[in-house]
Amino acid sequence: MLRFVFRRLIAMVLTLWAVSFVAFAIIQLPPGDYLTTYLATLSANGDRVDPAVIEALRVQYGFGEPYIVQYWKWFSGILFRGDFGQSFEWKAPVTTLIWGRLGNSILVEGLAVLVMWFIALPIGIYVAVKKYSLGDYLATIAGFIGLAIPNFLLALLLMYLSFVWFGTTIGGLFSSEFENARWSLPRIWDFLSHAWAPILVLATAGTAELIRILRANLLDELKKPYVTTARAKGLPEWKVVLKYPVRVALNPLVSTIGWLLPALVSSSVIVSVVLNLPTAGPLLLRSLTSQDMYLAGAIIMLLGVLTVIGTLISDLLLAWIDPRIRYGSK
Amino acid sequence: MAVDTIAPAELVAPKKLKRESQLALMWRRFKRHQLAVVSLWIVVFFYLVAAFAEFLAPTDPSAYSARYTYAPPQGLQFIVSTEDGGWAFQPHVNGYKTEVDPKAMRRSFVIDPEEIIPVQFFAPSKPYYLAGFIPMSIKFMGVENPRDPFYVLGADRLGRDMLSRLIHGTRISLSIGLAGVTLSLFFGIVIGGFAGYYGGWFDSTVMRVVEFIRSMPTIPLWLGLAAALPKDWSALQTYFAITIILSLIGWTELARVVRGRFLSLRTEDFVTAAQLDGASDWRIVTRHMVPSFTSHIIAAATLAIPGMILAETALSFLGLGLQPPIVSWGTLLQEAQNIRTLATAPWLLAPGVCVVMVILSLNFFGDGLRDAADPHGR
Repeated sequence: MLRFVFRRLIAMVLTLWAVSFVAFAIIQLPPGDYLTTYLATLSANGDRVDPAVIEALRVQYGFGEPYIVQYWKWFSGILFRGDFGQSFEWKAPVTTLIWGRLGNSILVEGLAVLVMWFIALPIGIYVAVKKYSLGDYLATIAGFIGLAIPNFLLALLLMYLSFVWFGTTIGGLFSSEFENARWSLPRIWDFLSHAWAPILVLATAGTAELIRILRANLLDELKKPYVTTARAKGLPEWKVVLKYPVRVALNPLVSTIGWLLPALVSSSVIVSVVLNLPTAGPLLLRSLTSQDMYLAGAIIMLLGVLTVIGTLISDLLLAWIDPRIRYGSK
Repeated sequence: MAVDTIAPAELVAPKKLKRESQLALMWRRFKRHQLAVVSLWIVVFFYLVAAFAEFLAPTDPSAYSARYTYAPPQGLQFIVSTEDGGWAFQPHVNGYKTEVDPKAMRRSFVIDPEEIIPVQFFAPSKPYYLAGFIPMSIKFMGVENPRDPFYVLGADRLGRDMLSRLIHGTRISLSIGLAGVTLSLFFGIVIGGFAGYYGGWFDSTVMRVVEFIRSMPTIPLWLGLAAALPKDWSALQTYFAITIILSLIGWTELARVVRGRFLSLRTEDFVTAAQLDGASDWRIVTRHMVPSFTSHIIAAATLAIPGMILAETALSFLGLGLQPPIVSWGTLLQEAQNIRTLATAPWLLAPGVCVVMVILSLNFFGDGLRDAADPHGR
């Protein structure tokens, strides 16, 4: 197990390094460097800039130096000082802007994963045991629709329906009085009364996919002789199903997080924009449209890091529940 | 394939055997998948709409009319009741009358069932060019007096006809899906083909890169790339740039499929035979290997189109993809972002219906194609 963990950790470090490289490439993409843009906006506003400040910024970011030097300056800042650079639009260090929002992102996405499993597990087991029943067909149809409706469209639809039927707008994560409050019981309640919509929207596509996979896996397992044996020995039916086949069928399901998570993070960006959530998504969009590239790069990088870590956790989880992976790899 | 029993007479004079091409066999297997066949027709319908957009759209997609902002859908009716109590066949739409909401002090349009505006099919129109080069002066449908309102699916905030915009948006959204997949397919076949055929360090590098890209959340990456496009680019430039950006990530899946096929075929007997015959690598690949998995590639490519369409829609919806005045499903949905607008004009969600229909049917069609392409299938 230790060797497995070690190997996965090394792979993760390499991936993270690649993520940082991609993020930096995106920072560098827009024509011109920031400093020029920054100075242009400043002088357009009639502000005078101290040449010493300009020089300091130039040295700090390594403008005008080769790509790799700039990259190193940026990357080492993150690595050693946790410094993601300066947001030129907000005139504040990037770190002060993103952590709260990133926390919200993690919270919403994490809850979405939990909800996904919570819904998919019982339904998946049910449709596999009652194959070709009415419930099975309903779940299949619902699954296809869940897969085909893009998340942001679902969010729009939900917003529209709640406005027309209940006269309320859904959106946001907190009421205004709880926006900056500390976590407390009323705040949690307020959060949940807002967050159900985005969580549900984010969970649909994944739930549909999970049900489909679980159904297929479980159907394969239920045909195996050991199930017949268990049944022949007189075990109650729920025990026959839950005790062995479900546990075996769960393994491939855990590994799906590897591709579920990128899709989830991806769609949460756009759903957050639609539902106006205080997560990383809208901030990313805004920073990109205003070409505030250090902020944008930091968000892209952190979303990537989040995904990689999530995938690692799912891998470790899988190795923990499935000894074949722990010992059998390579 | 059914094997005919051979009658003695035929032993003397051998009957000409009926042969079916690979394509015919595939088609026969495909037809068994009813959902896939229905989906195929839906897909064909949408692509025909895209091809004949100028002919089908009643008006120009950017023709606006300040008099009819957010006019509700008129719908298309075919039966009118005559004065003597009977009925007659007359395609028509109803006119509008305005009502003032005393509380909100807002003007709103209501369909006026009294006013009947006849609709002509194959109506004469101002001359235009179909697909840019075929001169035409007939539209699929239109009203006789061009000043009469004709909004089958309603109007948007500038009084532009939603149906016309939807039809033109279909052309852009579907073509960007096709173009993106074509480009991805090209990258995928070249890169995946090299990796699968030669293996070695190139293969493992490519596979690591593919894995890496697939483990990343795509929308932030796409957004980051799309945001770097210069704002002053023309519509056509943006269109191609977005296509390239989409396929920068889209090639990975196809490369994986192609590589897998190459790997499994490389050790097949017929490939070894060709090698021993002294055929060149190029000939082996193009004449022996590629034909044996073309159908798989086509199925995989079909299944990749919905992702492309969705990505374009998402990017344009967020305002970083295609820019107005280009009309695509994404830019159309962008108008529906505001909940208050949406509440007054829910028909702005119509492009969403099209997105869902096309995505679903392309998925079913692709699934059917994949099953039909598999020679080991039932």
